Amino acid sequence: MNNSKVNRIKDKAFNYFGIFCTLIGLVILAFFIGNIFYDGITRIDWDFLTALPSRKAEKAGILTAWVGSIWIVVFTFLIVVPLGIAAGIYLEEYGKKSKLSELLEVNISNLAGVPSVIYGLLGLEIFVRVLGMGNSILAGSFTLALLVLPIVIVSSREALKAVPKSIRLASFALGSSKWQTIWHQVLPASFGGILTGVILAISRAVGETAPLIVIGALAYVPFTPSSPMDEFTVLPIQIFNWISRPQHEFTVNAAAAIIVLLIITFTMNGIAVYFRNKWQKKINW
Amino acid sequence: MNKEKIIEGLLKLSASITILTTIGILYVLLSESISFFKEVSILEFLTDKEWTPLFVNKHFGILPLVMGTLLTTFIAVSVAIPIGITIAIYLSEYAPNKFRKIVKPLLEILAAVPTIVYGFFALVVVTPFLQSFIPGMSGFNSLSAGIVMGIMIIPYVSSLSEDALRAVPKALRNASFGMGATRLQTAFKVMVPAASSGIIVSIILAFSRAIGETMIVAIAAGQQPRLTLNPLVPIETITAYIVQVSLGDVAHGSLEYKTIFAAGITLFLFTFILNNISYYIRKKFKEQYE
Repeated sequence: MNNSKVNRIKDKAFNYFGIFCTLIGLVILAFFIGNIFYDGITRIDWDFLTALPSRKAEKAGILTAWVGSIWIVVFTFLIVVPLGIAAGIYLEEYGKKSKLSELLEVNISNLAGVPSVIYGLLGLEIFVRVLGMGNSILAGSFTLALLVLPIVIVSSREALKAVPKSIRLASFALGSSKWQTIWHQVLPASFGGILTGVILAISRAVGETAPLIVIGALAYVPFTPSSPMDEFTVLPIQIFNWISRPQHEFTVNAAAAIIVLLIITFTMNGIAVYFRNKWQKKINW
Repeated sequence: MNKEKIIEGLLKLSASITILTTIGILYVLLSESISFFKEVSILEFLTDKEWTPLFVNKHFGILPLVMGTLLTTFIAVSVAIPIGITIAIYLSEYAPNKFRKIVKPLLEILAAVPTIVYGFFALVVVTPFLQSFIPGMSGFNSLSAGIVMGIMIIPYVSSLSEDALRAVPKALRNASFGMGATRLQTAFKVMVPAASSGIIVSIILAFSRAIGETMIVAIAAGQQPRLTLNPLVPIETITAYIVQVSLGDVAHGSLEYKTIFAAGITLFLFTFILNNISYYIRKKFKEQYE
């Protein structure tokens, strides 16, 4: 065999190796998820979704967990959306090339890399203790909001950046002020991109466990919260609690709760991808 | 005019929250750690080979936790980096466009699955599977936690590396083809070296992500701080220790309470250094191609 033939065989071989690597992760994940569905799907029924936690595995449900997750998501959303979009607008439209924005940029990139458990330590000291919120939904929401803030800022900036300059110039030419231009032209045009980022951020918040454990969210909460100052648990913490128990029945419960969590996460990610594609197709400047 | 100024001020304030967050993190970690180091000497913290703050016989050596963290991290990146970079090369140099468009969002699913779910996989599926042919493997170990974490990190490596490969000017690739090189030769002799800074960034981020990962190791790797390189026995990582203490009833202000901040600042330093290195490489890399 001559050299060029060997090279061509190597080339082909790498092609197949590439396909193999691309699919291996997905195949393993599909296997895992199939396995979990097999373990847990029969456990899911109306009672499981509406029952309070219990020491007996077959009686325990996830009511307090998913209600807690909804509280957390709503408040995280309310905190992070205005903050994140406003910060994105400032960085993209106002603060370009200033020393401050350079600092902000390094800083945001750094925050995005801080482990989530560290945000838990921040929340524990600042929100739970110094600001006196206790182990409440509000403290948890503020902690998660800071955690996902970089995601919203970065995606908002990218969405704003994608709006062409001509739109802004046309608006200025008609006599609009800077803010009028941003509010009436730039923001509506970048809505899809911002929304995608927000959904991804919230989806991340739904699945977070560690920071909430650190701020003192409880594994056992006997009633559903009725105000943002109440103690709470969330789905991932309930799952963690069940995984930590040795009995097989609790493992089945954990699998069932994971199915619920995965459905929420995948639905949100699916919606985000859908918006991203739709938005990219529709706006073809 | 006035309204415009007020709005700009509010926007600026929102952006500044991110700086406050960083200051908050540094303040919290430093103030509690400083009060920790008033009771425990830094020398003991850095050199003692045992970490037993919750026992009667207390030792405060961070090394076992650092070792546990590095061990799981090393296993995870040995899975994620080769697979991730191969995927990046395959998608940018080989794959048909259609295939690429379908596979990329699918790969992102790997990073979207909550880590608690991966923890469950590691403990309930991977460990029993590995135990079936590795005799003497413990129910909690760094091997399954590391492997599962590696699978989770694959998309971080593959998507950043692919972006880097795609940013290389087409002319370079075409010139290589023109010289008669195969796709494989072009990929490894031309494209990868040209995209090396971006690929290095993706590798550094994989390390940083693995060091900070919490739930997988808290569930599957155990809670026994141990200075070992054996991937088959229970260990404890820095992150898992913080979770372990948070689950218990530790009084605020006690030495045990302060240990999680001392552990936290160690963790923060690791990721902070890695993130900054990657940020500066990325900045430099941008200038090269724009």
